Amino acid sequence: MIIERISLALGPIVIALVLAGIILIVAGVNPVSYYAYVLQRGLFSWIGLQQTLTRMAPLLFIAASLIVAFRAGIWNLGTDGQFLLGAVTAAAAAPLLVTVIPVWLAVLLSMALATGVAMLWSLVPALLRAYQGVNEIITTLMMTFLGASFANVLVKLVFLDPATTVPQTRTLAVEDRLPRLFDTTVTSGLLLGLVAVIAVHLMMTRTALGLKLRVVGANPRAALHAGLDVPGLTILVFALSAGLAGLAGAVDILGVYGNVRADWNPAYGMAVIPVVFLARMNGFAAIAFVFLFSVLSIGGESAARRLGVPQDFTLVFVAITLIVLALAEYIAQHRAAAREVRTT
Amino acid sequence: MTALFTDVFLSALLFGAITAAVPLLLAGIGEQMSEKAGVLNIGIEGMMIAGAYVGFLGAYSSESLWLGFLTGGLAGCAVALIMVLLCVRLGLNQIVIGIGLTLGLEGLTALAHHFQFSRTYPRLPAADITIIPGLSDIPVIGPALFKHHLIVYLAVVLVIVMSFIYRRTQLGLNLQAAGDKPAALDVAGVDVIRTRTFAVLTTGALAGIGGAYLANIGAGLFVPFITNGAGFLGIVLAMLARGRPVWVLAGAVLFGVCLSLTTAMQVAGINMPTDIINMLPFTAVMLMLVLFGRRASLPAALGLPYQRGAR
Amino acid sequence: MAETIVLEGVTKRFPGVVANDHVDLTIRSGEVHVLLGENGAGKSTLIDMLSGVQQPDGGRILIDGKEATISSPKLALALGIGTVFQHTMLVPTLTAGENLLLGAPWWQMPQKSELKARVAEISKNLGLAIDLNALAADLSLGEQQQVEILRALLRQSRVLILDESTSMLTPKGIEDLGALMRKLAKQGLAIVFITHKLKEAVAFGDRISVLKLGRKVGEITAEELKSRDEPTIIAEIVEMMFGRRSGDPEAGRREPRIQPAADPLLEVRGLSLPAASGHHGLKSISFDVRPGEILGLAGIDGNGQKQLAETLAGQRRAVAGSIRLNGAELISKNQAERRAMGLRYLTDDRLGEGTVGTLAVATNFFLKEIGREPLWLRGIEQRRAIASRAGALVKEYDVRTPSVHTPVGRLSGGNIQKLIIARELVDGARAIIFNKPTHGLDLSNTLATRERIREIAAAGLGVVLISTDLEELLALADRIAVMSGGAISGFVDNGEAAHSAIGRLMIGLAA
Repeated sequence: MIIERISLALGPIVIALVLAGIILIVAGVNPVSYYAYVLQRGLFSWIGLQQTLTRMAPLLFIAASLIVAFRAGIWNLGTDGQFLLGAVTAAAAAPLLVTVIPVWLAVLLSMALATGVAMLWSLVPALLRAYQGVNEIITTLMMTFLGASFANVLVKLVFLDPATTVPQTRTLAVEDRLPRLFDTTVTSGLLLGLVAVIAVHLMMTRTALGLKLRVVGANPRAALHAGLDVPGLTILVFALSAGLAGLAGAVDILGVYGNVRADWNPAYGMAVIPVVFLARMNGFAAIAFVFLFSVLSIGGESAARRLGVPQDFTLVFVAITLIVLALAEYIAQHRAAAREVRTT
Repeated sequence: MTALFTDVFLSALLFGAITAAVPLLLAGIGEQMSEKAGVLNIGIEGMMIAGAYVGFLGAYSSESLWLGFLTGGLAGCAVALIMVLLCVRLGLNQIVIGIGLTLGLEGLTALAHHFQFSRTYPRLPAADITIIPGLSDIPVIGPALFKHHLIVYLAVVLVIVMSFIYRRTQLGLNLQAAGDKPAALDVAGVDVIRTRTFAVLTTGALAGIGGAYLANIGAGLFVPFITNGAGFLGIVLAMLARGRPVWVLAGAVLFGVCLSLTTAMQVAGINMPTDIINMLPFTAVMLMLVLFGRRASLPAALGLPYQRGAR
Repeated sequence: MAETIVLEGVTKRFPGVVANDHVDLTIRSGEVHVLLGENGAGKSTLIDMLSGVQQPDGGRILIDGKEATISSPKLALALGIGTVFQHTMLVPTLTAGENLLLGAPWWQMPQKSELKARVAEISKNLGLAIDLNALAADLSLGEQQQVEILRALLRQSRVLILDESTSMLTPKGIEDLGALMRKLAKQGLAIVFITHKLKEAVAFGDRISVLKLGRKVGEITAEELKSRDEPTIIAEIVEMMFGRRSGDPEAGRREPRIQPAADPLLEVRGLSLPAASGHHGLKSISFDVRPGEILGLAGIDGNGQKQLAETLAGQRRAVAGSIRLNGAELISKNQAERRAMGLRYLTDDRLGEGTVGTLAVATNFFLKEIGREPLWLRGIEQRRAIASRAGALVKEYDVRTPSVHTPVGRLSGGNIQKLIIARELVDGARAIIFNKPTHGLDLSNTLATRERIREIAAAGLGVVLISTDLEELLALADRIAVMSGGAISGFVDNGEAAHSAIGRLMIGLAA
């Protein structure tokens, strides 16, 4: 049973490595040396590993955001907009706040503000879904386009740093950012991200609130019948999910970048969606897959410079894994069903 | 300010709007057919980017825009075929597979472009233009609306054709039934899987042609990630238009005007972030949803795979 | 009469159940062949195989003497087999006419005028009247059924299958359908009529085959039907279905035991709900239920029964009226408070809203108690307590499940029903609303559920029993209220004259 589960998780990755390797061969790149280089740069070199772990911080928050939403049956495809607005809020607030209050308080307050702004940004899709039944896929997609533009407007018009020529916000001084872990360059945002994912996982699997959200997600009519406040819970899901995405933005700014440049959009949300699917919305599996994804991203970025294989290869690999996994699950289910018929 | 709104400026603005609207129109019309038949085609962005790249290759190597549209459409179809096999035939989750296809093809086209052209971005010659005699002489509107590549007029004709199909043909009935109550279509003797297959492949072809237009005529070249959410906009348009092709056209033009306005203002050197204008269409649409949200009804079986006799 | 379809040893298995076990059946032209059996006897599966929706796992089907594989509904239609399914198979967003046009080659323009002419011709012969331009969703269930019959006739079907077609109809509608079937049979069609009601079977059939738990347990030929009187035949069928001669279980009438002395347990006064799309609303509903009383609620499906149940349970908000339980006013209380005070509602839609199929049996027991102590402490799930409590309920209510951690969707309908009954009976139930509690259950579970309801009443609880099965109400209820168009059109004390009085009330006549 456990072997079956592990093979169901690892099998697709192996198959995807082979399929993606074929693409590399077609492109005239030796897949073995490419994979070795990616692992070397993203995992086995000390600098690379630190970069990988740092990259994980925002991705973990996004994963937590998506787990809440998807488990509750809400397709929040708008995390990128929520992330950017959280980032801009934190970038706008933190450099100002540190001048008037202690640094730790300024950082905390900036995070809270980022969370709040991102929550507000999801309010319209949340209300439309909760009270009018408007499909959240379109509304959150639109709000993400809108959010990306709005974040730019804020950077360029409202929070522009007058001291620089490139359009960007004021920069938070390096010593005021989230502390690094021990003697490494790894941001402590990583720990916050791990806490967020695990907390979300425990909430969804062990608490009454999590169970209520899962009931709403799995069968909204059963939720109504059981007396749950479905519109209220729906709005709560949007708030939690968007808040975590906003927090991801804050952590990335307060921990790593220190400011937001105009037209900056790392599109983490779109990249993490398949990662969360791969993890089947399980928090611990999500941590593992986010780690894997970060290794591939950091290693891939390195390989782009050295081996001339664009880092977009990582996208291809993730997509192939996702599709192979979906197929593997389908086959496993059909086998189980066939077995059941035969035994009767 | 007044000097800005000269006839030439307005004409260029409108011309740009049409150019920007055509890919959205094709994507929206395509997505609409999938959704009508009950398939939420999130992979349309991937179909567009595939169409853009392969369509560009076709046009670049053959020096014929028409071959570009053909190869682009076929590429979109090929991606749609994966969607058909996985989502329509096997019934896998449409959102998961759709996002997988989109990401995968964005990456794949970027890779392919890199290995083929490295860091060069060859341009195609300007598109040959079909001038509609008489109408094109109207001031302002004439040069803006009636001096385009033939495919633009065909795209508008497509809107009429689609309206006709949905309202007046058996095919239209079949598509609607496949989305609203597939089991009823099945027992009436029409294959639901085939109907949905047809719809998704059509979506792929149209999205592919839209992508090819975006690269070959809109930009004149291919750059990775060139679709930049155009497919997702197509999904938005299709969902808002609720099965009426004319509304997709209206929405595509609205977005097209805004997109064109941003370029025009940059050209005119107006010092205002284009992002504000980018926000306009989305704000308008969200406002419409807030005001008329309740009426945004979607096919009952949208997103649900059909399996005969499943209980 | 020619043998149109012959089934030989047809077998069909689903995970965990054999739906049809070596069934032999002969369908002849010019004859109404009734398939009779309780819910779960395998009638619908048999029909699915004849109409190409399911494929048999064994045996063979002969059409005009030649072996045939009915691989799709399209092929079934081409072979001349038209089916009117239990749940209407019309596209709600298309008009009746467009629904009839579905199935023509896809490249064609719809042949609307031709359709109109042909429908007019067929309708005239049969006395039907259908507005082809009306949306299917706006037609009554009876009209929708007529459209489906028309569809079969337009396709020149030689065999017309009607699956549980009377369950949604008024007594008058049932009579009309019976007359229509006789006319069609006279024109030479082979009719297969599926029902679980004995009287209809005898009244409309030329031949009756009885199914039980997937097997065919007997057949009454046309000659036998003609030569014997109704009570004899019914007794014979009952013996085939239930294996005993004494008494029809449906006729196991309950003596009314009204206790006029007792104060009402549940008092409902002037309960009102505005009409909305899909239902009539509620029009000033008033009734009392005394301790130990079973109040039946009869009526054609969709006349406000479900809305009434949901309003009583607090799932819908009434605009006016009062609900008192043991004298305490409930109207301003929410669902959880009403439940805690002892008012319980057992939904008719076990899978759709009663349970969450992907969640464990244990979780589903406490779906209405999420977050309450002692199973949750400060919002944290107490897994061991939940499992042991669920284990006890599984034992007490005889829920057959591999474990309390099994997803509830894997259980059979009967076991899910037991789970839901357990959920509503625990911890201080006082008045229970049952909505179609035996719908879709097999015979043994049906009888067990009915017995459970009798026990509940005998223990002094109040019961409101909603059912579309008149025989069930006559077997269980003390009094029966009839609902029509969102209002109660009358009360009937259970007894000799109850059947016809209810029938009259259902179609809007005075009792």
